[in-house]
Amino acid sequence: MSAMMTRLQALPSRPSFTSMVTVVLLAAMLLVGGALYEGFLSLQVMLNLLIDNAFLLVIAIGMGFVILSGGIDLSVGAVLALATMISAWLLQVAHWPPVAVIATVLLLGAAFGGGMGAVIHYFRLQPFIVTLAGMFLARGLCYLISIESITIEDPLFVAMSQTQLPFFGGFISPGALIALAMLGFAVWLAHYSGFGRAVYAVGGNEQSAAMMGLDVGRTRILVYALSGFCAALAGVLFAFYMLSGYGLHAQGTELDAIAAVVIGGTLLSGGYGYILGALSGVLVLGTIQTLIAFDGTLSSWWTRIVIGGLLFVFCVVQRVMAFRVKSG
Amino acid sequence: MIVKENPPLAIQPAAHRPLLAQAFAHPLFRPVAALAVLLLIDFLLIPGFFRLEIKDGHLYGSLVDIVNRAAPLMLAAIGMTLVIATRGIDISVGAVVALSGTVASMLIGGTMVMQDGVPVYVADTPMLVALAAAMGAALLCGLWNGALVAGLGLQPIVATLILMVAGRGLAQLLTDGQIVTVYYQPFFFLGSGYLLGLPFALFVVAAVFVVTALLLRHTALGLFIQAVGINPTAARLAGIRTAALIVFVYVFAAACAGMAGLMISSNVKSADANNAGLMLELDAILAVTLGGTSLAGGKFSLAGSIIGALIIQTLTYTIYSLGVPPEVNMVVKAVVVFLVCISQSDQFKSLWKRRAA
Repeated sequence: MSAMMTRLQALPSRPSFTSMVTVVLLAAMLLVGGALYEGFLSLQVMLNLLIDNAFLLVIAIGMGFVILSGGIDLSVGAVLALATMISAWLLQVAHWPPVAVIATVLLLGAAFGGGMGAVIHYFRLQPFIVTLAGMFLARGLCYLISIESITIEDPLFVAMSQTQLPFFGGFISPGALIALAMLGFAVWLAHYSGFGRAVYAVGGNEQSAAMMGLDVGRTRILVYALSGFCAALAGVLFAFYMLSGYGLHAQGTELDAIAAVVIGGTLLSGGYGYILGALSGVLVLGTIQTLIAFDGTLSSWWTRIVIGGLLFVFCVVQRVMAFRVKSG
Repeated sequence: MIVKENPPLAIQPAAHRPLLAQAFAHPLFRPVAALAVLLLIDFLLIPGFFRLEIKDGHLYGSLVDIVNRAAPLMLAAIGMTLVIATRGIDISVGAVVALSGTVASMLIGGTMVMQDGVPVYVADTPMLVALAAAMGAALLCGLWNGALVAGLGLQPIVATLILMVAGRGLAQLLTDGQIVTVYYQPFFFLGSGYLLGLPFALFVVAAVFVVTALLLRHTALGLFIQAVGINPTAARLAGIRTAALIVFVYVFAAACAGMAGLMISSNVKSADANNAGLMLELDAILAVTLGGTSLAGGKFSLAGSIIGALIIQTLTYTIYSLGVPPEVNMVVKAVVVFLVCISQSDQFKSLWKRRAA
């Protein structure tokens, strides 16, 4: 009995505590929603959470890697918009085959991210300011292509948008499946590959990582390239979802992604966290929105206030834990 | 204002250097040169750019227009300079702008009353009270940011991210998502009034600038801020109350943002919680960076930030006047940030030196 007590007392000081809190919070929110609103806990509402937030999940995965490596990427929302814009332009104006369009967009996204990573690494600039400039650049490039929204009419994109894959009586979109596949790949990459270990090492302590013989520059450039790739993939999913390319798509998504990663239990100082946390973080954000939509009387700005509040609580918990680890 | 000079040039005693070299070495040389080049382009491409005329006792012209429109940005940049000088960053500026503008507009509101057959607009709350409440809200935001950074030790970008996300939501909550229109003449003076033939906003900016500059130069405040920016731990060990200083810097930045918010909502005679001051924080950071303040902290220039804000506004004006789609502005800004940051980095400087040697 006493052994259990000490284990319970030691629980909050374990680094994975916030990740567990998030899962508990998510379950509690779902239960509260189920108790308050009829039909909230149906399978399709849960699947819709995934369908509507597939693009955010993919972006949060990339952001998770960047934050694990001790950086931040503010350009992801803009890169997403640029990806929708380039796909729409290539499909509608240049009439490229859709598969070539998707491949090109993904490559461009990775190159954009990698370029920012190279600038960050070689000129020792703060990731924050470089990716901020990247954000301006990507949004500006959208408008260079077109100021108006471009509607996508390509058959493959339309099919992707309308297909409903049956799933235990409900349905799920191909976009959500792609996001889940990306999540699986990212979990493998983070926890079972040399690259993942290097990311954790660089985020934990860059100097030690360099002294261990890890190629810090290569790791960092790859991390930002991965984030750019994820943002571009999210852009493709967003294009599936909205069937248009537009420079104003997904404004402020970078903040949602950072919030999701933090709520998912990743330490903002880098080096600690789980990629799977991106899923719980995104689901928490999605559930807040669904709750507000189900309620019907609450206005959309409550989403922002609640997300801000959650962000605050999780940051405080992280700090308190960090103090405890240091003093204990 | 800048004490930390470029080492290779600082070695030579200033008196022995030719005047031109001294000018080149001056920290404000690059921002001023950039502004001069922009103005030269305007002079060549836009007819009548430098023409100033007096109409109804007011000074009119492109230059006045640029400076007037840059006023909120200059205010935000002054506040941001001090924050960045302590190695911090404040990305909640736009949210504070929205919040203070909303509070003031909602309190003033204004209704039309018929007095002897003449419509007279009356404020719902005395204007001074409303302005004080708006500034109070801004100061509270600053205290919140400062407490998170100094008290909890959160990274500044994360600490201010919270207010950036939630602040606009709070402002929308106050207005119920509506745009609040103000019908009260005296309030408009702040953003579009004229004093001695010049826009009143300029006097506000000038006053804030002079007071801040005096505070920094004639008290130890500037020195303390620099010490914290260069090495926070050393500054604390040297006996500087780092935490109080950091809280002060965030409160100051929020006060500047609050004033900018009042100016913006007074200028457009309304408060739009959703769009007021959107992306202003990014422009302010850009202005501060352009002005030669180092993002690594410790090296800062107030005058540089003002020039940086003017560069941004002149750039915007030029792009509009040349008939280029205004959206291209973002690409130009991005390229400018990349170039400025890279040219500021030590790696680039050593590369340059190696080539010169």
